[in-house]
Amino acid sequence: MSAPGKGILFRLVERARRRSAWLFHFNAGACNGCDIELITCLTPRYDVEQLGIKLEGSPRQADVLCVSGPVTRATREALETIYGQIPYPKVVVAIGSCPATCNVFAGSPMIEGPLDRIIPVDVYIPGCPPRPHQIIQGIAQAIERLAEYRATPAGGER
Amino acid sequence: MNAWRALFALLVFPGLLYALPMGWFMLGAGRKLTARFQGRIGPPLSQPFYDVVKLLAKQPVARVPAEKWLLTSLPLLAVGAVLGALALLPVFSSETGFVGDLVLLVGLLELPPLCMILAGYASRSIYGEVGATREAALSIASNVPYLAALVAMAAAAGSLHLSQIAVATPWMVRLPALLTILLCLPVKLRTNPFSLSNAEQEILAGPLTEFDGRQLALWELAHGLEWVALTGFVATLAVPLRSSHLFFDFLGFVLISLVLVLLLNLLAAATARFKLWQATRLLWRWASLLAAVALAVAFYLRHGGY
Repeated sequence: MSAPGKGILFRLVERARRRSAWLFHFNAGACNGCDIELITCLTPRYDVEQLGIKLEGSPRQADVLCVSGPVTRATREALETIYGQIPYPKVVVAIGSCPATCNVFAGSPMIEGPLDRIIPVDVYIPGCPPRPHQIIQGIAQAIERLAEYRATPAGGER
Repeated sequence: MNAWRALFALLVFPGLLYALPMGWFMLGAGRKLTARFQGRIGPPLSQPFYDVVKLLAKQPVARVPAEKWLLTSLPLLAVGAVLGALALLPVFSSETGFVGDLVLLVGLLELPPLCMILAGYASRSIYGEVGATREAALSIASNVPYLAALVAMAAAAGSLHLSQIAVATPWMVRLPALLTILLCLPVKLRTNPFSLSNAEQEILAGPLTEFDGRQLALWELAHGLEWVALTGFVATLAVPLRSSHLFFDFLGFVLISLVLVLLLNLLAAATARFKLWQATRLLWRWASLLAAVALAVAFYLRHGGY
């Protein structure tokens, strides 16, 4: 939350980041279960657009990277590229058990995950698949980290 | 139009000070209306404002200087062109304009789509190129009937003064011409069913795929201003009379613009996206037919005495 002594512009930017998070959804070899649950969040029943959240097609325009799946060999390079293409400030949300632990695929030679071996992860949403409520809660936590982001002199990293 | 008056039109009304909040309001209302039509609650009306603030606060992506220069100047040019077009709109009866202001206004309104096509190719993204190609094809298909309708109105009114065209065009010409322009309006604003160039879930963000942060914020601004300018343009062309009272002129202008926003969003929520051949065929067939009718009636009225 906003500490005392911050400028009005500063608080405006924080507020804007809280109210306008654009998601990029990356399927790193998921079974599609988590993807369906994520899309469910956009339907009239859950309607996350109320919070200013929308799915973006281009990683250049995204703030939140939502990854589902245990990161297979075939998707690793694409995942790294996509992560690099998202401008700062950005947060990564791991949707489901697969990106967190590799789930039932753990130990497979085709799997390069879990996700935090490859890119830094901010929020884990457990479940196989997680319910839309949990996904919305996880994204809300991610947005909180997004709003509290401070640029460092080194540029970029938190 | 003296210099002070031009400056007022550019910066206050119907320029920056009016058009910026109005553009945000129109974009926000569009998203809200679409959500309501789909049975959702939708984002608050202030959403486009927060989107722009957030985009401005994103860290820019490192680019080669030439590319950075190009990708920043194109949306800036688009914003400037739409602001110039807005300043030329004759909202009040006291504004007489100058000879040929119609030509200048139409030219300025055509710049943002052109910038977007260039931006799509300049970004060197496949999606950008596909989007730019679609935008170019639609732009040609819509501009032929659109310009023909404007020529018909100008010929019927016997003037290139925007204010005189708005007042003097007879209804027999105005009706088919306005219908043509209305048909071209969703094409120019890239809304459904003509949202081919920025088709999300299909070609990512179209020509704007490579744009990030500040440059994307500029495009969002240009898009909001385009809504104000194009609906305002139709509003000035549609009403044949100006009251002598400034306030009523202003009120009529704003109300017609907002009704157009409502109708366009209703159309967008009710329809799916056309394929490119369907959209161009519709424009070449029906919009051209309407424009041809307008042109024929205009020239008959003009030379009918022989």
